[in-house]
Amino acid sequence: MIDKTLADCKQAVARVFDGATVMCGGFGVAGQPGQLMEALRQQGARNLTVISNGAGGGDFALGGLFSDGRVRKLIASFPAPSAKAFRERYLKGEIELELVPQGTLADRIRAGGAGLGGFYTPTGVGTELAAGKETRIIDGREYLFELPLRADFVFLKALRGDRFGNLNYRGTMRNFNMVMATAGKVVIAEVDEIVPAGSLAPESIHTPGIFVDHVVQVARHPKLVEKRSEEGST
Amino acid sequence: MMLTREGIAYRIARDLPEGGYVNLGVGIPLLVANFLDPAKEIFIHSENGILGVGPTPARGEEDLDIVSAGAGFCTLALGASLFDHTLSFTMIRGGHLTHAILGAIEVAASGDFANWRVPGQAVPAVGGAMDLAVGAPNVYVAMSHLTNKGKPKIVKSCSAPLTARACVRRIYTDLAIIDVEAGGLVLRELMPGHDPAGIQAKTEAELKVAADCREIDVPETFNGARLRQ
Repeated sequence: MIDKTLADCKQAVARVFDGATVMCGGFGVAGQPGQLMEALRQQGARNLTVISNGAGGGDFALGGLFSDGRVRKLIASFPAPSAKAFRERYLKGEIELELVPQGTLADRIRAGGAGLGGFYTPTGVGTELAAGKETRIIDGREYLFELPLRADFVFLKALRGDRFGNLNYRGTMRNFNMVMATAGKVVIAEVDEIVPAGSLAPESIHTPGIFVDHVVQVARHPKLVEKRSEEGST
Repeated sequence: MMLTREGIAYRIARDLPEGGYVNLGVGIPLLVANFLDPAKEIFIHSENGILGVGPTPARGEEDLDIVSAGAGFCTLALGASLFDHTLSFTMIRGGHLTHAILGAIEVAASGDFANWRVPGQAVPAVGGAMDLAVGAPNVYVAMSHLTNKGKPKIVKSCSAPLTARACVRRIYTDLAIIDVEAGGLVLRELMPGHDPAGIQAKTEAELKVAADCREIDVPETFNGARLRQ
């Protein structure tokens, strides 16, 4: 019998090693794997490369990896002003930042997950983010060549999952989670609820279990739930 | 007279057509949602995977799983759909949206513009700005005509880091509406109390005056003090 469920987040992050590349889904509070990232912070792996849309906030979960000085490099589109821990260490020169336009970030991950060697995009042409990139004219328009992204570990958040690793999301939780699910060696999802096999309608499965190695059921990180009452929380 | 931020947003909303699929950037563009004509069905797109963003929820009624790209929690409008980032940027970059309304630091006569990084900004963040700029067929800029220090923001050539080249179609400021055309900038509308020579004096790039150039028509409540950037 296939059973991809794990007992807790500690077990889920146990294999993350120093120097690993880690993807973290989520956009704003929606779809943040807060408990997995907090477990990773407590696990202690260092010298990480993190791929995420933003840089978290506060000193827990994703943001906590920055406040604890555990990240060597961030690949992101929008390290927001609220990402204070990242900003402090970046300004001290302790973290490298590879800034990637948001759509390019999504499609670099897609390329990584889909077995593609990269792609040409018009995004960024003529800007400082084009520096050092190959360009090509296709049908009279200039494009930049962008490379795929993959990760050793991918951390996702979904609403529900089953023992096969099938995942279902709610609201705007899909964001980067769906594409990141395809681009990791080890893919681990945090869900509100693990449901019995067969109870997710096949057409409501957004991430098929083929992409997912482990599923953990855990209540959401309390600091992400608190965000409900905070203004401008993205 | 000059337009308030809300006045610029109101005037842009008048130009959006029924059936439009529109992305609104942070700042003045986000205010456009407050002034859409309820008689027109227009979908607001959010980069993180919503087509059909609804109003901001009342305090205490937020849904933790429903956020928009720039403004925290939101609701979903009639006919809304939800999707992931790759499909969202397929809509953006593939030219499927009708309009992107974006703020700007500078716009050049060529339609080049800068909006993602203030010169000297220590920690850069780009988000979806560059994708929207190259993808949307109608990129409209909403901004104050002058900087806080009184310098023109419509320039011959951008000095701030570019967001994209030759993509802006129309500029809405607190003083004027200016189209970016192949032959250069064309002054279409201006605020009452100003003349084309006065607008040109506040604009570094050369303006041609449209034959049918007229006054911006908005309710009196949108006349306000000079905008801050």
